[in-house]
Amino acid sequence: MQKIIEGKAYVLGDNVDTDQIIPAEHLVYSLSDPEESKKYGRYALSGVPEEKAGLPTGHIPFISGENDRSDFQIIIGGSNFGCGSSREHAPYALQKAGVQVVVAESYARIFYRNAVDGGFIVPLETEVVLKEKIKSGDPLSIDLDSLTLKNQNTGQSYSLLPPGDVLPIIEAGGIFEYARKSGMI
Amino acid sequence: MPMTITEKILAKAARKKSVTPGENIWLNVDTLMTHDVCGPPTIQIWKDEFGEKARIWDKNKLVIFPDHYIYTSDKHAIRNVDILRKFASDYNLPNYYDVGTARYKGVCHIALAEEGFNRPGTVLIGTDSHTCTAGAFGLFATGVGNTDAAFVLGTGKIWEKVPESMQFIFDGNMPDYLTAKDLILHVLGEITTDGATYRAMEFSGQAIQSLNVDERMTLTNMAVEAGGMNGIIAADAVIEDYLKGKTQQPYEILQSDPDARYHSKYRFDVEKLEPVVAKPHSPDNRDTVRKVQGTPLTRAYIGSCTGGKLTDFIHAAKILKGRRVVIPTFVVPASTSIARKLKSETYEGQRLIDILTDSGCVLAPSSCAACLGGPADTIGRSIDNDVVISTTNRNFPGRMGSKNAGIFLASPLTVAASALKGAITDPREFLQ
Repeated sequence: MQKIIEGKAYVLGDNVDTDQIIPAEHLVYSLSDPEESKKYGRYALSGVPEEKAGLPTGHIPFISGENDRSDFQIIIGGSNFGCGSSREHAPYALQKAGVQVVVAESYARIFYRNAVDGGFIVPLETEVVLKEKIKSGDPLSIDLDSLTLKNQNTGQSYSLLPPGDVLPIIEAGGIFEYARKSGMI
Repeated sequence: MPMTITEKILAKAARKKSVTPGENIWLNVDTLMTHDVCGPPTIQIWKDEFGEKARIWDKNKLVIFPDHYIYTSDKHAIRNVDILRKFASDYNLPNYYDVGTARYKGVCHIALAEEGFNRPGTVLIGTDSHTCTAGAFGLFATGVGNTDAAFVLGTGKIWEKVPESMQFIFDGNMPDYLTAKDLILHVLGEITTDGATYRAMEFSGQAIQSLNVDERMTLTNMAVEAGGMNGIIAADAVIEDYLKGKTQQPYEILQSDPDARYHSKYRFDVEKLEPVVAKPHSPDNRDTVRKVQGTPLTRAYIGSCTGGKLTDFIHAAKILKGRRVVIPTFVVPASTSIARKLKSETYEGQRLIDILTDSGCVLAPSSCAACLGGPADTIGRSIDNDVVISTTNRNFPGRMGSKNAGIFLASPLTVAASALKGAITDPREFLQ
């Protein structure tokens, strides 16, 4: 697993549900077809109300035009990120759009499991209310070893919480890789 | 060691004497359920990950209900059902309920109950967040994603962190103006949408015991709206009666020990509660119907695993009988069995179907339909700045289609009363 992740921040609020991450009408595309699955990147976060899209100002499109990759690689969320449905298409869509890490105050259980077990993105937690300290577009650097997030614009660093029991699954890159490594399957 | 019902079921499934909240354990799964949205990617992951070794751990324990995007011309949605059909045929699956045949059931969570898959004391995993519905039968049921489901499909196992349990006790006799939907919306208002994250929500008390199976499922169905891992009600004679003739498989009725440890306990007197709604855009945005009375509406919706059961339509019929709705009102029976019962069951001498259609409701065939928006041609899908009152479970932005619509969640009594006025209305106005 890559230990230093750099990218631009895209800041969202509390309770970003999976209908906002990938609206239900888009759940029909193949996740395995290389071309068709790009649509998940194209429509990632397309359900976020415009005034809340890219805080603090809002009205910042996550995906510009007809692209399927975002200019933003790190999502900053609030509490209860990923609440709602069990659609694994949600962390998958973020991955397809080029997101590597989400840093939130807390996660809904199924989204967290899906992110980790599917190895799509690394979901990290922090006790800091980052959405008040980071603006969409700020260049960030995350060190997964020291569990710190640095805002390159302000030079400020913030600490992240250790992932705990799921770390071996995150490091393996998903539940299948973990199970193979540990001889389960 | 004293344990809650959830801990007892998990210990049993992990072949352990006891388990403690916070402990990570591997569970042996009794039933795996999937549907047309998450089934195809689950199958693909299973094939990719297991390769030539891919085998279904137990065909009899796999249940597949196409239900989400059924009555649509969306070519991708149709392809997803085709994938399920081919998979069921290739592997000769006994529990596949195909669209366009007499076996088609409708919404998975209700079909699981009707087909006898909800067995007390077992572990049921489904690729849908509302899988927690089945907890109404005193079993551990929770939703997972495609990767976890693919893992279960090949191994029959899943890891879980044993949840702490929260206890919700409802005392008193249910007033006629209140339904289980009011109870769960009340709880959501108390604990918010992450108030039960990673926890079990256990419901008990005199009022709960008086509820029929449909109403119990409404309660456990929305446990996930509070972030709950599972919702659960210990099985009793009501459940045993329901199961008669539905399953030959063994089951075990378990209870929480009196001295079991809980994260927290909540106690409510149902006689002191009143009809409530969840205002846009969150299921915990609770208010009393009284306070938002008169809010103008553009449409009403009665359907889904939460609010499209026979009891929900009986509730609606009580209000609608002999009256006319003044806004488009969609009625979507959760299952084909419920749709048939609308034609055979009566309320005050009139068939339910006649009460509903005479009042001006639009009847749609059984499926998840507009509860989650769905493809553009889904019946009842919200458009533009619609203001919808609905018996469904979620009112997130865009949930029922239009990103600009506002959704009020309410009981079928409140939805029916509001449909008659075109504005949010307290059902007590029509129950005198």
